[in-house]
Amino acid sequence: MNPLNRLLSNDLPRSRVLTVLLSGLLVALAFAPFIFHGVKALDVAAKVLVFIVLVASFDLLLGFTGIVSFAHTMFFGIGAYGIAIATTRMGANWGALAVGLLASLGLSLVLSLAVGLFSLRVRAIFFAMITLAVASAFQTLASQLSDLTGGEDGLTFKLPPMLSSSFEFSPEPFFGVMLDGKLLCYYLLFFTALILFLALLRIVNSPFGRVLQAIRENEFRAEAIGYRVVVYRTTSSILSALFACMAGAMLALWLRYNGPDTSLSFEIMMDVLLIVVIGGMGTMYGAAIGAALFLVAQSYLQDLLKVGSEVAGSVPWLGWLAALLSPDRWLLWLGVLFVLSVYYFPTGVVGRLRAGATEGVGAKRRNHE
Amino acid sequence: MTQHAAPSVGNAVQKSASSGGAASPQRMGTNIDWKPLALVPALALFVVPFIGSGSTWLTLTVAGLAMGMIIFIIASGLTLVFGLMDVLNFGHGVFIALGAYVAASVLGLMGDWTASGSMLVNLMAVLPAMVVAMAVAAAVGLAFERFIVRPVYGQHLKQILITMGGMIIGEELIKVIWGAQQVPLPLPEAMRGTLLLGEAAIGKYRVVAVVVGLVVFGALAWTLNRTKIGLLIRAGVQDREMVEALGYRIRQLFIGVFVVGSALAGLGGVMWGLFQQNLVPQMGAQVNVLIFIVIIIGGLGSTGGALIGALLVGLMVNYTGFLIPKAALFSNIALMVAVLLWRPQGVYPVANR
Repeated sequence: MNPLNRLLSNDLPRSRVLTVLLSGLLVALAFAPFIFHGVKALDVAAKVLVFIVLVASFDLLLGFTGIVSFAHTMFFGIGAYGIAIATTRMGANWGALAVGLLASLGLSLVLSLAVGLFSLRVRAIFFAMITLAVASAFQTLASQLSDLTGGEDGLTFKLPPMLSSSFEFSPEPFFGVMLDGKLLCYYLLFFTALILFLALLRIVNSPFGRVLQAIRENEFRAEAIGYRVVVYRTTSSILSALFACMAGAMLALWLRYNGPDTSLSFEIMMDVLLIVVIGGMGTMYGAAIGAALFLVAQSYLQDLLKVGSEVAGSVPWLGWLAALLSPDRWLLWLGVLFVLSVYYFPTGVVGRLRAGATEGVGAKRRNHE
Repeated sequence: MTQHAAPSVGNAVQKSASSGGAASPQRMGTNIDWKPLALVPALALFVVPFIGSGSTWLTLTVAGLAMGMIIFIIASGLTLVFGLMDVLNFGHGVFIALGAYVAASVLGLMGDWTASGSMLVNLMAVLPAMVVAMAVAAAVGLAFERFIVRPVYGQHLKQILITMGGMIIGEELIKVIWGAQQVPLPLPEAMRGTLLLGEAAIGKYRVVAVVVGLVVFGALAWTLNRTKIGLLIRAGVQDREMVEALGYRIRQLFIGVFVVGSALAGLGGVMWGLFQQNLVPQMGAQVNVLIFIVIIIGGLGSTGGALIGALLVGLMVNYTGFLIPKAALFSNIALMVAVLLWRPQGVYPVANR
């Protein structure tokens, strides 16, 4: 087995276009500070990294196990709050980061175990509803415990000096980029995301992941073969919660701020759902492609809508269209896109590309015969 | 009062038979499982020592029952749709929000009547608002069924995703039409204030809510138990394929139930909106959480179960709101957990799932 194959857990992109897209994304993210100058571009790149981990961990649940959880942002928020609370309480040092991360991982483990054992025992559909209830209760709790979480205002905190932009490794810029703590922080995020993503890829391609897919396809049969469906489902939901928690910690590291709207809000949950469906459920690579597409489109779509709204607004009898195209209504269009992609694109971008690739191979084989 | 439990009758018969047959089997079909029914008074009596004062208890209990009735109106549509069609509609909240917003517009047009001090004139204003809200919600429900739900019958995962998508679209459209900011929905003049019953203060609107809730429940119970349509619906809940095999057009029944469910959500939205007196586009999503808890407690598809769940939730919210305000949201989840630990399928499990 060649090393690349091994690194990707023998789950290659299996489509030439997808391979090109993925390598393009990898290169772009790896050299983002050097390719894209400016604070905003780097912010988008860091957010893409965070969302790749978050969405991939959700894909483990939705795409591979076939259960819908609306509490995924709860774990994302726990991770972010863990870092935020620990650094505000214990000061800006590495120990605080470690304590925050470990504590939030522990809390995620306990919570996801409780929710999973309780609601996965009955029917998967319970899980969707119960997680929705738990997540909304948690969100209220987070804004109510204002002594601990800073309430609606959230927490702004300092990181260890090594990760802040005032820390410089060398006075000379390297290829036009200052070698400072911000850069180090970006690469910390980059390698964490890469490792976590490869770990998730390993999980879904392991015998354990195979069982999860069997449960997704036919729960009854999987149970009949002798797999304890509850145990596998709960394990999958715990793993996914832990990865989401780490994604939350990454977000907090990058933003140096956390509040209910940045990590716990229902909008983020919807974003994650959209990304996983558009990218392709049950593929893992879909999370990477989807996150990149979505986050770039998020700003791009708003600009496009602004132009459309201004054009429509200049024509007097098109006022209603201007209201529909207002940049504030971009979620409307994403919703439409979401519904359409569930209908016509159930396998998402990655599924479509892979299907195209296998068709191509099939056609070639037929030509040879 | 108890005949509504009919959708789960098969199971209930078995249960009460095993528990010694509490009710007389001769009284046509009323052989019901009484234990869940006892939960509501049990909860009310249980909190008496914690609250202390009798008048406060009465105020809270009436308020809780009224809130429970409103929640029941909203949840009844969802429970019918889920029971008969096995469709989990996450977009149900949109119809609630829609009903409330339409009512705000209609009542806004009828300013003279709502400002009048006479209850009768006020009702004459609220009634058309309810009718219009129900009609609009029903019409949108018809479209929702056709374009959002129909292509995904029988596929739970896609249903959840797509109705969630429908919910986003609906919420955004409400923002387009009525604006993203809060819209006030003040109570009509005569429904404000309280009635004094001894020491206990009972909000007038709560009484209206209880009456409307009882009317809806009565109409539903009568339709489900005393008409042919109701018979078909109950049969469909138990075994859809069998009803189809007997030659009934289950698809049209589906559409009818979905439309009625949406209309009920619209009505519930009017009641809920008047209860909150402030409308935000996200209200649908907020109520969704509450009604999911209700129908899970009720047994995912049982109308009677939904009533019990709604009353329990309403009481619980009011009691904990008084005793430990910070725990109000968690109290519902704790309630659900407790009920599910007792009966993992809800109080009146629907037979075929």
